[in-house]
Amino acid sequence: MNASSEAPRIAQRAVHATPDSIRRRLRGLSDRTITWLFISPAILLLLAVNIFPLIWTIYLSFTNFKANRASRGAEWVGLDNYRSVLDDPDIWHSMQVTAHFVIWSIGIEVLLGFALALLIDKRFRGHSLWTTVILLPMMLSPAVVGTFWTFLFQPQSGLFNHAVALVSGVDPSSFQMIGDVPLAPWAIVLVDAWMWTPYVMLICLAGLRSIPDSIYEAAEVDRASTWRQFWTVTLPMVLPFLMLAVLFRAIENFKMFDMVNLLTSGGPGSTTEVVSITLKREAFEKWRTGYSSALAIILFVTVFGAANIYVKALNAVKNR
Amino acid sequence: MSAPTAAHSVVEPSPWTKRFAGAIVVCYALLSMVPLVWIVLTGFKTPTDSIAYPPKVMFEPSLEGYVNLFTTRSRQTPEYIDSLPPATSWYDRLVRSQGMVIAGPSKFGQRYVNSLIIGFGSTFLAVFLGVLAAYAFSRFRVPLRDDLLFFILSTRMMPPIAVAIPIYLMYRQLGLSDTWLGMILLYTAVNVSLAVWLLKGFIDEIPREYEEAAMVDGYTRFQAFWKVVLPQASTGIAATAIFCLIFAWNEYAFAVLLTSGEAQTAPPFIPIIIGEGGQDWPAVAAGTSLFLIPIVVFTVMLRRHLLRGITFGALRR
Repeated sequence: MNASSEAPRIAQRAVHATPDSIRRRLRGLSDRTITWLFISPAILLLLAVNIFPLIWTIYLSFTNFKANRASRGAEWVGLDNYRSVLDDPDIWHSMQVTAHFVIWSIGIEVLLGFALALLIDKRFRGHSLWTTVILLPMMLSPAVVGTFWTFLFQPQSGLFNHAVALVSGVDPSSFQMIGDVPLAPWAIVLVDAWMWTPYVMLICLAGLRSIPDSIYEAAEVDRASTWRQFWTVTLPMVLPFLMLAVLFRAIENFKMFDMVNLLTSGGPGSTTEVVSITLKREAFEKWRTGYSSALAIILFVTVFGAANIYVKALNAVKNR
Repeated sequence: MSAPTAAHSVVEPSPWTKRFAGAIVVCYALLSMVPLVWIVLTGFKTPTDSIAYPPKVMFEPSLEGYVNLFTTRSRQTPEYIDSLPPATSWYDRLVRSQGMVIAGPSKFGQRYVNSLIIGFGSTFLAVFLGVLAAYAFSRFRVPLRDDLLFFILSTRMMPPIAVAIPIYLMYRQLGLSDTWLGMILLYTAVNVSLAVWLLKGFIDEIPREYEEAAMVDGYTRFQAFWKVVLPQASTGIAATAIFCLIFAWNEYAFAVLLTSGEAQTAPPFIPIIIGEGGQDWPAVAAGTSLFLIPIVVFTVMLRRHLLRGITFGALRR
């Protein structure tokens, strides 16, 4: 029998044999093998698509590599990139813009979201329907949100512009939300608050509903005023939830890119140039790969460090 | 409704308080819906109506935005248009009445299909990998368990732009740049962290006794996982899948930085729809409306799981 007729038969046998033998082998798997088998694909994928690029970014941050001139290769420059990032007044400016944006938008979201949660917790008729309606904006794509708010912010014809003019009596042609230097940062804060207030509201609502009734009963017995009940029961019990919401929002807002890119792409001038926009400009327009990598690492360390400290504080509040 | 153990049964608010609270919440909800309603309406306006001043609330509805979204058109002289055979379809007539002829399909259809393929592909992979890992984390003694879980979570803290350059370089080497597979792998990696965290919560809630009983009956561990745990976790798996799908559907930064055409999804396309003399707002609004439909449907379906999904399962309801 020659090899050419043997090969298909072996293949045939292999096709029939494999599922059975796999099945037999799976049946005998020990728990440890299953653990390894089940966890490793996810971990390997994360290593390949997250950690490997991150390490590459760290490496690039010590070189003068330019991604648009890849053939020229990379030269080791030590800490030069980090030094020039930290010396760059533009970076400090965009850090300030980001901080302004993070603090104001989160402040508004917390106040509004908490207030809404308190109201919804009164369980008026239809509260679950209206809660779902309120939650819609946060499920949308920030890119699409940025696009249609640009439309609402159009000078003259924009609905927002017109509504403000109607309410305040200001001539609608005298201001532009995303074109005027003093207003543009507030336009972004406004859109962010529109989109993410529901998020804070939802988490606060979960906090409010986790408070056992007996505590309010005890407070009633003690004849504590509503105001006092709020300060001594409601707020402390909701605080860990609120802090969690602030943490998640702060991380997201700190790296916010989509919405700002579409609303103002950093302008007018550099008034709304948040760090992500600067990063994109350095990396994909000026192609200063080494420099932008250093900036990226500084950002990551900042967020990571701040988040860690914050989580410690959160745990302290929780365990009080 | 008011079982004795339900929250606030003792401190039940008065009917007037309820009515007052309800009124304010409804006002907020309606106000926050205005931008969405406005964009959906704009999809049915003509370009002229869409930028009219003052903004038009009452208008003659038109499908021009949708036609413009799905086609590319070229402007022609009246003589040329008159020389053509009569238009057979309503959209041909609509376009010709604007002095244009349809030159071909626009890229929107393809981008929408890309969004669907990348969205479903990465969702399937992320949920598949996530369910396996979540089961292992939930049931077995994994070495360095908490560290691994934190590591999985921390991959979400990286701004996309920060890793975009190495991924761009890596993908260029591997021939994955601007391909479906490349984007699917990328979104899977981002989603798998959410999937593991969410599914771990769902699987934790299934009593271990179910599997143990099955194993006493002669099932292997693997069979118990396959035939007992997976069906029990199906609601959680479905919710997780929708969250992953929404993320991939909404993602913009990676899509705009790493794809240039072939594999680009809808979010980078919608903002750049240009008509004659600037942005074609009705077409943008039409694209936005079509893009939002699945999100609205899913949000209603997911409302019970929303809290979990957006806090990575750190909070439950």
